[in-house]
Amino acid sequence: MKTSPSAQTSIEIPPTAGFPLVSQGEGAKIAARDVNVFYGDKQALRNIALDIKPNEVTAFIGPSGCGKSTFLRCLNRMNDIIDGCRVTGSINLDEEDIYHRRIDVVQLRARIGMVFQKPNPFPKSIYENVAYGPRIHGLARNKTDLDEIVQTSLERAGLLGEVKDRMDQPGTGLSGGQQQRLCIARAIAVNPEVILMDEPCSALDPIATAKIEELIDELRQNYTIVIVTHSMQQAARVSQRTAFFHLGNLVECNDTEQIFTNPQHKLTQGYITGRFG
Amino acid sequence: MATVDETMDTRSAQAARAAQAGRSQIAETVNAGLGRRYRSERRFRAYGVLAIVLALSMLATLFVTIISKGYTAFWQNSLNFEVALPADVIDPQGTRDPKVLASANYLGLVRDALQAQFPEVDSRQERRALFAMLSDSAPYDLQDAVLDNPGAIGGTIKVRVSLDDDFDMLAKGHINADLPQDQRRLTDVQVAWFQSLEQRGMVEAHFNTALFTNGDSRQAESAGILGAVVGSLFVVAVTLALSFPIGVATAVYLEEFAPKNRFTDLIEVNINNLAAVPSIVFGLLGLAVFLQFFGLPRSAPLVGGLVLTLMTLPTIIIASRAALKSVPPSIREAALGLGASKLQMILHHVLPLAMPGMLTGTIIGMAQALGESAPLLMIGMVAFVVDIPNGPLDPATVLPVQIFLWADSPERAFVERTSAAIMVLLAFLVFMNAAAVWLRKRFERRW
Ligand SMILES: Nc1ncnc2c1ncn2[C@@H]1O[C@H](COP(=O)(O)OP(=O)(O)OP(=O)(O)O)[C@@H](O)[C@H]1O
Ligand SMILES: [Mg+2]
Repeated sequence: MKTSPSAQTSIEIPPTAGFPLVSQGEGAKIAARDVNVFYGDKQALRNIALDIKPNEVTAFIGPSGCGKSTFLRCLNRMNDIIDGCRVTGSINLDEEDIYHRRIDVVQLRARIGMVFQKPNPFPKSIYENVAYGPRIHGLARNKTDLDEIVQTSLERAGLLGEVKDRMDQPGTGLSGGQQQRLCIARAIAVNPEVILMDEPCSALDPIATAKIEELIDELRQNYTIVIVTHSMQQAARVSQRTAFFHLGNLVECNDTEQIFTNPQHKLTQGYITGRFG
Repeated sequence: MATVDETMDTRSAQAARAAQAGRSQIAETVNAGLGRRYRSERRFRAYGVLAIVLALSMLATLFVTIISKGYTAFWQNSLNFEVALPADVIDPQGTRDPKVLASANYLGLVRDALQAQFPEVDSRQERRALFAMLSDSAPYDLQDAVLDNPGAIGGTIKVRVSLDDDFDMLAKGHINADLPQDQRRLTDVQVAWFQSLEQRGMVEAHFNTALFTNGDSRQAESAGILGAVVGSLFVVAVTLALSFPIGVATAVYLEEFAPKNRFTDLIEVNINNLAAVPSIVFGLLGLAVFLQFFGLPRSAPLVGGLVLTLMTLPTIIIASRAALKSVPPSIREAALGLGASKLQMILHHVLPLAMPGMLTGTIIGMAQALGESAPLLMIGMVAFVVDIPNGPLDPATVLPVQIFLWADSPERAFVERTSAAIMVLLAFLVFMNAAAVWLRKRFERRW
C-alpha cells in the first residue's frame, strides 16, 4: 500500500452521506453503527453504519483491500479468531448487540452462516460435510432426520443430482464449483437466518457461477444474504441493495438499481464505470 | 494529422526494432549463461549422489561388521552324550519325589560321564582342565532332563549339556587351534580332547535358545537378552503412556488455547532448548528428583520411563505443534463458521488431520527412548540383573545398556552376543519406524 494514512483520511466522506438510513431496528435484520476495526495499530474500517434488510441480497463492492471481507467477518465474529483484531461500535442482529458479553459466538454462528471465498470442504465424505453442522447443534433427533436434512440441503444447493450416488466419497474430490455448492449446502443445513458469502464465485467458471447466482436468488426467499463480489454484473444481477466500500470507508449504500444507474458519490461512479479500482 | 500519424508510425516501428534488438541481445545473454547453469546443476546433482553413496556405504559397513561379528551368536554348540544315572546316587530311597530328585549331585554325574570318555585322565590338574569344558549350567541341564524323564533313573540318559563358552568359540573357529598354546585361552590338551569329542560326534550345534529366553549371566553360554528386552518394553511402555498424552495435550494447549504473550514465548523457547539438552542431564535430574526426593526404587523401569518421558517430551511437543500448525486455516474457519466450539473444531477436524504428524513425532521419540542408555546409567539401570523383570518396579536393565555391559566383557563369546543384541535392537528400531510409516499412511488414507 503506497497510500499514506493522511491521504486515506483526506477523502472526506460523511458516514452516511447521500443515502437514507433506516433508523436502527426498523425492519433491519442487521444494523451496524460506528463500526471501527483495527488490525493491531492499523485501522481497516472507519465508522461504518449500515443496515441489512431481511430476505434481501446485499452486495458489498469496492476495490481490493478496502475492507469488505473485514466487515463481513465482523457480522459473525469470525474476526475474533484473528490475533490483534479489535472491533468497536455496535452490530445488532434482531436488535441484539452481537458483541455483547452475553452473546455466545457458537450460537451466533449457528444463526449467521458463512461461505468462504475459497471452497473449504472438510476432508470427510460429502454426507459428513453436510451433516456436521446439524450434528454438533443437535438439530436432528435421529438418523432419518439427519438424512432428510442432508438431502434437502444438497437439493437446495443444487448439488443433490450430481452427488446422490456418491455421498460417501470425499467432499474434497469434487470439482471447485461443486465444492463451493457443497459449502453452501453445509451452511444452509444448520438453517441459519443470515448467510454471508465472501466472493463465492471467484474461483468458478461462468456456468458454475450462474448456478450459484440462481441459488442465491432462490435462497433469498428464506434467508438474508450478504455477498462480497468483485463483479459489478454479479452485484447488479443478484442483489437488491449494494454497499460500496473504499479504503475502509463505506462510501455509499443504496438500492442496487440506484447505485448502478444514479450513484450519489463520484467515487462510486468512478468505480462502477471502471475508471479506477 | 497525417504527419502526426507518420511520426507515430515511425516511432512505433523504431520501438519495435529496438525491442527486437533488445530481445536478441537477451537471448544471447541467456544462451551465454546456459552452459554455466547446467554445469552447476550437474555438479550439484553429483554432490547429492556422492553424499548418498557415502551414507549408504557407511550403513553397509555398519551392517556388515555387526552381522559378520554377531551371526554366529544365534547358534551354539553343546555336548550330547550318555550319562549314567545310578539310582543310589539320585534317589536312594526310591521315592521319585521331585524334591529328592532335584537335590541330587548332578555335577558329579556329568563330570563322571565326561571322565568316562577320557579314562586316561586322572591327575587332579588334568581333571580340572577337562571339567572346564562343562558350563556351570551343565548340571542343571542334566537335572532338567532327569526331572522330565524319571524313568531313566537306574540306567543311562542321552542328554545335551552346555559347553563352556571358550569351547563353543573353539568349535565356531573363533579360537584358533593352530596358534601356540600361550596365545589362546585353551591349552593344547583341552583342544585335543575337544577335537576328539567332535570326531566322536558328541558336539552338537543347535539354535541358541538361551540367548532369547535367559536373562543376563556371567557365563556367556547362558547369557541372554530376554531380561533386557522385557526391561526395554516396560521402559518404552511407561514412556509412551506418559509422553504421548502429555505431549499432545501440551502441544494442543500451546498451539490452540494459550494466549500469545511473553510468558508463552518463554515456554516455547524453553521447550526448544530442552530438546537440545544432553540426555545424561535428564538422567541426573531423574536421580535427584525421582530417586532421592520421591524415593522411587533404583534400577526400576518405572523410573527409567519417567526419565525418558522428560527426554522425549520436547520432541513430541515440537512435532505435534508443527503438525497442528500445518492444518490449513481454512478448515478451522469452516468449522468455526458453522458454529463449532473451539474444542469441537480441535477434536473433530484439527486433531485427525494432525494425527499422522503427531504419531510420527511420537514414534521417533520412542525410538530415541529405546536406544537411549546414558540417562538410564544414572538411575542405576546398569546393574547386573539376572532375573527377568515381572513389572515396572522390578530391577531391570534395557537393551542398549545390556549391549554396553557386554561390550565391556573381554570374552570372545560376549563379543558375538553384543553384536547379536545390537541386531535385535536394530530390528526393534526398524520395526518401530516401519510402524510409523504404516500409521502415517493409514491415517492419511482418509484423504
Ligand atoms: N489478518 C489481518 N491482519 C492484518 N491486516 C489485515 C488482515 N486482514 C486484512 N487486513 C487488512 O485490512 C484491510 C482490509 O482487508 P480486507 O481483507 O477486508 O479487504 P477486501 O476488501 O476483502 O479485499 P479483497 O477484495 O482483495 O478481498 C487491508 O488493508 C488488509 O491489508
Ligand atoms: Mg476479501
